[in-house]
Amino acid sequence: MAKNATAKKQNPLSSLLHSQMMIPLVALALLLVFNLIMDPTFFRITLGTNSDGNPVLSGNLISALNNGSELAILAIGMTLVTAATGGQDISVGATIAISGSAMLRILCGTESSPSSLAAPIILGFLVAVLVGMLCGAFNGILVATFRIQPMIATLILYTAGRSIAAWINNNQLPIVPGKVFTYFGGFIPGCPVPTPFLIAILCIIVIALVMKFTNLSLYIQSVGINENAAKLNGLKPAFIKILSFVILGVCVAVAALIKCSRTSTINYSVVAQNIEMDAILAVALGGNSLGGGKFNIWASIVAAYVIQLLTTTLYKFKVSSDALPAYKAVVVILLIVFSSPVVKEKLSQISKSRKAAAKEVG
Amino acid sequence: MDKKKRTLSDANLLLLITIVVFVVMYACAVIFLGGGFRKAQMFFNILDANAGLVITACGMSLVMITQGIDISIGGVVRLICMSCAVNLELQNGNPFTAFLIAMGIGLAFGVVQGFLVAYLEIQPFIVSLAGMYFAKGLTTIIHTNPISVTNEAFKALSKIEFILPGLGYYNKKGTYINTTIELGSVLAIIVVILMFLMLRYTKFGRNFYAVGGNKQSALMLGINVKRTKFMSHLICSLLAGFGGFVYFMHIGSAATSNANGMEMNAIASSIIGGTLLTGGVGNVIGTFFGVLSLNTIQNIVSSIGLDDAWWTGITIAAMLCLFLIIQSVVMSRTKKK
Repeated sequence: MAKNATAKKQNPLSSLLHSQMMIPLVALALLLVFNLIMDPTFFRITLGTNSDGNPVLSGNLISALNNGSELAILAIGMTLVTAATGGQDISVGATIAISGSAMLRILCGTESSPSSLAAPIILGFLVAVLVGMLCGAFNGILVATFRIQPMIATLILYTAGRSIAAWINNNQLPIVPGKVFTYFGGFIPGCPVPTPFLIAILCIIVIALVMKFTNLSLYIQSVGINENAAKLNGLKPAFIKILSFVILGVCVAVAALIKCSRTSTINYSVVAQNIEMDAILAVALGGNSLGGGKFNIWASIVAAYVIQLLTTTLYKFKVSSDALPAYKAVVVILLIVFSSPVVKEKLSQISKSRKAAAKEVG
Repeated sequence: MDKKKRTLSDANLLLLITIVVFVVMYACAVIFLGGGFRKAQMFFNILDANAGLVITACGMSLVMITQGIDISIGGVVRLICMSCAVNLELQNGNPFTAFLIAMGIGLAFGVVQGFLVAYLEIQPFIVSLAGMYFAKGLTTIIHTNPISVTNEAFKALSKIEFILPGLGYYNKKGTYINTTIELGSVLAIIVVILMFLMLRYTKFGRNFYAVGGNKQSALMLGINVKRTKFMSHLICSLLAGFGGFVYFMHIGSAATSNANGMEMNAIASSIIGGTLLTGGVGNVIGTFFGVLSLNTIQNIVSSIGLDDAWWTGITIAAMLCLFLIIQSVVMSRTKKK
């Protein structure tokens, strides 16, 4: 540890180069520079008013921050699950559908378009959190107690999730009445910053406090690196794993609130489709090993916004939403190839031999 | 040697469970539901409809045996359907060129993904995730509207049916109706048998188990681990190409929603068939029964009268859950021994 610290003092630049934050930050910088060259108006942020006469910020950057928030929130939980279990949860999209449907069921009762709320929003949200935690606990128990690989265990809810969501609301798409519910996915009157971004910031602060004042991060890391060693040190690996899934469940419920609020309803068959893949991508782009162990939540969060910024950039260049994945895939492959250990080693070898050659010449 | 024997017996036990569950399930359907299930044609209809899935699931099992995963196959199949349809309808192609295109796409995906996974050591999940995105995006770039194939030669090819003697039945009017099986199903069965023989009796095939079971000891045995991994992804994508063509032959049209969730069905079938994601254990015969079980239960659910769409998803998930827990119990018991 002390050795590391002195190394950092010696050369802050090289420590940054080798840090995990490097990959998402470089990706972010590349995207921003690309946009700056192609079209500087990309960065324009304007303060306008929406249909209700409230001040709102608009612009490409704002829309990336707005739309990337669900992903950033999910990336928090997904990073923890990945670190603790060495696997990924592919059911988050489906559990968003479940907990969102449960929330709408509470808010709308059995009617499909009630004139007033059947229950306060906070109650609906708490139920969504509870449902999200239950789904997380179900996945966690399968993973920790029955020792099923996370991807396979979560395949169960992935397959059943949207069906369960349809069953909760009896195949209907209830519409939540009232303006207040739309604030969570839109704008709070008087506040020009999009609410989803504020919610994401809130989640980040909460997780930062948890990391700061509890040993959660250390425990998750040690379980992820060596389960048996963690057990010998008095930790309960099963509990830690289930806990990480439950935390992801809470993240899912928050994301579900935003998703439902954006449209005032939930289309359970398409809501948050493929978001699990993007969330896993955020974890991988953040430089976290998908095999578990050491992790860096901040890198995942930055990576989540990078993914959204990439999407916004592609939309800006008139790429249709259907063709979007193809371009995304190319960018992802390039990023991953350059951050792969084999390529990194080759590059460092080349630079070393060049330095050596330069010395000989000198 | 001892260890190898034990893992093989584990695999056999899991395979046996799968086959028994399938037979019991089908027998129950025949006894309690009767109707369509009494006719042999029902079974072959299930097979016909899923011939493409059987072939792609075999590839998936192979990748899973070598400790990898390939979630790009659904996207690849969709891309193949669209490309073949464009070739047949808009470019005056013939079935042969369409087949070459299908295999070419499979080859391209296999080489690139295999190289990234085996030689650049990138996690297979991320590589094939990008592959899936790429294939799905490319499909809509090629063509966005659904295409129904009208090519005569292709239609003739997809209508080839084989009559199975002795399995027909007399309908109400007393005429004998033959039980038939499509060309795709025959191809699927051939692929399953070839894969089974390859994995069981050739050195090339056994290498996959060795690499999946323990990379380090496989390396010490002198197996080229990287090449074996590369080959597993290559064969998986080639089978996705072949399976995609068979799937396309069965549905006879292309749309940007084709083969949705096929990768997950293939993974689920492999698991039900006793393949472990941890690698080193698996069998394509099990995968074959996995596909059949998965689709038989769907048919049972809909014929019981639980027509609401959500029941299918929930029953498949419940079945998957059951099999996973059985596997987990079996594996932990054999470990304790």
